[in-house]
Amino acid sequence: MSVSGSKPLPSTIVKDDEAALVASAKAGDARAFEELVNRYERKIFRLTKHITQNDADAEDAMQDAFLKAFRHLGDFEGGSRFYTWLVRIAVNESLMRLRKRRPNHFSLDEPVKGEEEDIPRDLKDWGPSPEQRYEKKEMGSILSRVIEQLEPIYRAVFVLRDVEDISTEDTAEMLGISISAVKSRLLRARLKLREMLHPYFQGSTAH
Amino acid sequence: MNCQGLIAELTEYLDGDLGAGIRVELEQHLAKCENCRIVVNTTRKTIEIYCNAEPAPLPEDVRERLHDALVKRLEHNRPHKI
Repeated sequence: MSVSGSKPLPSTIVKDDEAALVASAKAGDARAFEELVNRYERKIFRLTKHITQNDADAEDAMQDAFLKAFRHLGDFEGGSRFYTWLVRIAVNESLMRLRKRRPNHFSLDEPVKGEEEDIPRDLKDWGPSPEQRYEKKEMGSILSRVIEQLEPIYRAVFVLRDVEDISTEDTAEMLGISISAVKSRLLRARLKLREMLHPYFQGSTAH
Repeated sequence: MNCQGLIAELTEYLDGDLGAGIRVELEQHLAKCENCRIVVNTTRKTIEIYCNAEPAPLPEDVRERLHDALVKRLEHNRPHKI
């Protein structure tokens, strides 16, 4: 995209200068907002895909998240990171679509089943760098395939807490669940993912 | 502490949020329980692998549609306070 022709961004804008970019975008500098989009589009698309598990919904949720973020930039007061604010919008957009698509099958308030399931099986170590057994692309596809198998209530919590590094409190607020529900679902999600990754990483030989 | 107790505290332990007293108890159990050491190591690795994975590039058509939509909005609107 180029809002202002093919003119490159000013070299004075450095990568870690998010606050300055946001301030410029708020003042109406389209190129600054364009840079924020370029910076975060991959992560936001991964997030909306993880939550919706549907390509069309993920694309719509991402697009609407960026459009809403631009429209409401005036409301962003800088108390949190811009990225966290953007994640909040993207989570809302994703959950809205997930609920619309699966009105009878999706609830973030679903109770967590008994704890006996938490006792891990498959107790063999993976070695120091199991991920190095796979090419980067293959690894990406394994990780997507495995996380897709998690139920939405666990997947959303894991993605926000461990992939996006959102705090427990903010995760609870974004998903509309209690802090203790975030903690118990995070534990369950981590253990389930560990178990599902195990067949790919166990032993010392490449698959 | 036993294995079940360790599982109950696993998330807070991995996040570094455990109080000193209970952390010592947990680590004493870890020192003598190989199964729990494996659970801690492989769960930690699971988190690291997902956390460090780079997001894939947007498919070209998805990226084009996103940027077309933004161009339209950016050309006609300025951000405002509601």
